[in-house]
Amino acid sequence: MCQVGEDYAEPASEEPPPRQPGREQKCVKCKEGLPVVVIRAGDAFCRDCFKAFYIHKFRAVLGKNRLIFPGEKVLLAWSGGPSSSSMVWQVLEGLSRESAKRLRFVPGIVCIDEGAACGLSPEARAKTLAEMKLILQTVGFPWHVVALEEVFDLPPSVLRCFAQEPVETEGAYKAAVDSFLQQQHVLGAEGAGDSPSLAQGEEQLSWPCTQDPQNPQSPDRPPTAAQTEALSRLFDSVKTLTAKEELLQALRTHLILHVARTHGYSKVMTGDSCTRLAIKLMTSLALGRGAFLAWDTGFSDERHGDVVVVRPMREHTLKEVAFYNHLFAVPSVFTPALDTKAPEKASIHRLMEAFMLRLQDQFPSTVSTVYRTSEKLVKAPRHGCAASPPGPRCLLCMCALDIDTAGLCLPSPGCSEEGIGEWVLGFSSPLVPSAPLYLQTVPRLLGLRLPCICPRRSPPPHRPLHPAVLQGWGGCRAAVGGPGPARGAALLSQGGPPSLRHRAAVLRLPREHEGLALRGPPATLHLGRGPAPQPELLPQGLHRAADPGVPG
Amino acid sequence: ATPPASRSLRGSVSLGDEAVCPGIEAHDRAWRGGAELLFDGVKKHQVTLPGQEEPWDIRNLLVWIKKNLLKERPELFIQGDSVRPGILVLINDADWELLGELDYQLQDQDSILFISTLHGG
Repeated sequence: MCQVGEDYAEPASEEPPPRQPGREQKCVKCKEGLPVVVIRAGDAFCRDCFKAFYIHKFRAVLGKNRLIFPGEKVLLAWSGGPSSSSMVWQVLEGLSRESAKRLRFVPGIVCIDEGAACGLSPEARAKTLAEMKLILQTVGFPWHVVALEEVFDLPPSVLRCFAQEPVETEGAYKAAVDSFLQQQHVLGAEGAGDSPSLAQGEEQLSWPCTQDPQNPQSPDRPPTAAQTEALSRLFDSVKTLTAKEELLQALRTHLILHVARTHGYSKVMTGDSCTRLAIKLMTSLALGRGAFLAWDTGFSDERHGDVVVVRPMREHTLKEVAFYNHLFAVPSVFTPALDTKAPEKASIHRLMEAFMLRLQDQFPSTVSTVYRTSEKLVKAPRHGCAASPPGPRCLLCMCALDIDTAGLCLPSPGCSEEGIGEWVLGFSSPLVPSAPLYLQTVPRLLGLRLPCICPRRSPPPHRPLHPAVLQGWGGCRAAVGGPGPARGAALLSQGGPPSLRHRAAVLRLPREHEGLALRGPPATLHLGRGPAPQPELLPQGLHRAADPGVPG
Repeated sequence: ATPPASRSLRGSVSLGDEAVCPGIEAHDRAWRGGAELLFDGVKKHQVTLPGQEEPWDIRNLLVWIKKNLLKERPELFIQGDSVRPGILVLINDADWELLGELDYQLQDQDSILFISTLHGG
């Protein structure tokens, strides 16, 4: 191990080291090994038991949920960070085990280069990319490195939610596994003459692309300077770090989904750990995304229809991940993020992270308690959840809009598209020949179904912008900007010409829509007891608009 | 003979993980981990602690680190008299919770490793 100081000449002191408390205890599992790590509250594990525990958790999460079918193509979203690196390593090890217990899907890796959003220089980005490629080549799965700038080239189909397949039953999973095993057996028997072992035949079946890791359809060309600048301008125009984080997540998800769809992956695995998901749950509550917690933090996320996002690391805490990576030399690459070195109160995400970790320090069951709560969240509607609701979807997070569309009516004749608003993404059109998805789709959406926003009986005190108004504009309430004075969130501005010299991301609202609220009840958090409550239409409009996401 | 308490202690303080990245020389890496950003980018520090009356424990070591090694933003590394929540401390590759956390008495040639879990995903 490199850290131990081997080059010291000084002899060790003669006295025996003082007895250390805690080191005398044995591993709680095998009762004989020397413990190296404390998991949860006081369980000390030795190195081997910890490894077994860690790997077992990963396999158990996958096995318990039975969503990944044998032979299925699964895209691993790798950011270079410890959690996703650990996940990739687990998949790598899992695929190479003896045939009875091995994982049975076909993996690929996608890596999004977000350097432009984080303000990295091209040299730093190139260096990071080089390191990443080395690791990718070591791992050996087919990989795709995509720059975040490519989000400008996404086709509008990214926003379409494809029809979901019917929910697979227990029987279907078992049948699929059995038929897969039979197939393997047949192949193995046929190839027994050439290859010495059954495992080799299976190997060839599962990894068709080992010879050509990089997919020829996505050539490795760096993004143009114009695109990078456009992306930087987009992120600079977003004033709060909270909004930047959310925007980055939305764009990243769209890109990953697009890669998955283009290359035929039906599942995406992300490396969200238990700690991160607990923080995400609390952050989402603070941001008003209470209605979507089950999708945001659950094991599987089917909002996109044809591609399902799964989170196999959701039972591993960050501490376990860090220890495992250190003890067993899992390679990872550090990339600075948006909030690197940001102070604690820079964004809601940071604040919540600090809050949760500090609480966890004093009360070691905090993270697991929040996690257990997230396990209880149920996706509404409960019955017939296979078919996605046909209503409009948020453009940024692709969740069904949590508004009551029954109260919406067609636009008044006077509203033209330009009058309603324009959503421009940080650049002028000539630079990017293919009109980006937002430009194409948002005006269409607005033109077709413009919600009629009814004024409240008593005019509210003037607020710069009400988050509820966002709902009418095709954005779910929290995906655009954080709470607080939206004058800070430059994704929206109030009437009038934008004060920015360039056409940054601006959603202009006509003056008559100032301070209006949308009809409909606030989003409720359904915690899985009894049938989901049906929303009631409140006659006088939303008077609890400032309080979304509170459990109903 | 000098009393043991005032003999100087030598050891190493490391930050982040030795990412196993085949083929790349250590000095070629642009970024390596989270915590060493605060330490002028230096990942591993060979440290000699001066002899003193009170024995060296992790608490004193942190104070010493703050004064001598931390180059910027101490609040991102140290909080109060301990490390910021989210930063793991390994003493000779073992969890510091097993060894008494802040009260662990440093031995000669000990190796202390700080891993920031706050970064990455």
